[in-house]
Amino acid sequence: MSATTESRRLAPVADLSPIEKVLINRLQHGLPLVRHPFAAVADELNLKEQQILDTVKKLLSEGVLTRFGPMFHAGEMGGALTLAAMRIPEADFERVTEQVNSFDEVAHNYRREHDLNMWFVLATETQSAIASTIRAIEDTTGYPVYNMPKEQEFHVHLHFTV
Amino acid sequence: MSTSTSLSDAATPKDFAMTERDRELILATQAGLPLVSDPWAELGKQLGMDANEVLARFQAMQQAGVIRRVAAVPDHYRLGYRYNGMTVWDVADDRIAELGAAIGELPFVSHCYRRPRHLPYWSFNLFAMVHGTTREEVEDKAARIRAVLGADCQQHTILYSSAILKKTGLRLRK
Repeated sequence: MSATTESRRLAPVADLSPIEKVLINRLQHGLPLVRHPFAAVADELNLKEQQILDTVKKLLSEGVLTRFGPMFHAGEMGGALTLAAMRIPEADFERVTEQVNSFDEVAHNYRREHDLNMWFVLATETQSAIASTIRAIEDTTGYPVYNMPKEQEFHVHLHFTV
Repeated sequence: MSTSTSLSDAATPKDFAMTERDRELILATQAGLPLVSDPWAELGKQLGMDANEVLARFQAMQQAGVIRRVAAVPDHYRLGYRYNGMTVWDVADDRIAELGAAIGELPFVSHCYRRPRHLPYWSFNLFAMVHGTTREEVEDKAARIRAVLGADCQQHTILYSSAILKKTGLRLRK
């Protein structure tokens, strides 16, 4: 597993139409797995299929949606995942961000307001690749990486209501 | 924001094994599903598979938990959820299984995990993610978590995100 490079700063809050809001709320829950899934959602919401397809494309092009598609459960795909954190002095933050982001294994990277100020998710094909990637990031950046793999999952389900 | 029971909570059938076809379907859709009336037929055309077979593989992968769901992923900042608080808690080891489950059930907690401490530097072993349109909303949610943990929590803090440095989601390597 890997990730492609994309770095973004905070974007403005979107001005959404009522139909866009309805679709964002509904489509985060997942499409019915039937031959014409958008038509099925259209029936459910009393909208037109084409209107849904057009709206989803518009929201993707504007960046309100970052993706529309299957959400994979990495653990079930045979890969390995971990959360890792680093403590980077301000003067070095930009350099280290570029270095960390250049690793394909880094899927998400967030700056957080704390002494540990860089938090990223590593996704690799094998468990052993987690440790080797962490060593490589430490060697490249010159800073220690705190590995915080999940030991138990209590709940995962993200839904934003608009 | 609201939460509901995740497909990932369902038991994964141990006999499910991803086929080469499944891998091809994942590679073909990890950047996104074709936005057409019959996306399975479109994928089938690309990969030389019957549309019903494509759909059946997606149903099987979702049933097995390899796919949580086929869904829209919003940029939560663009929706006004500007405050993303990773709340972290130092919970007694012998109580964490029970308390973690209780925190995971709170409707506003989107992710909840037990993770290792790095003593003496990092003493927090329970992570619960909460989101809000204001900082106060996040703090109010953290106070409700605090109330559930009670005396079994020694200390906690909230780490707010101030920038997304990278966000690509998980990808299979081609």
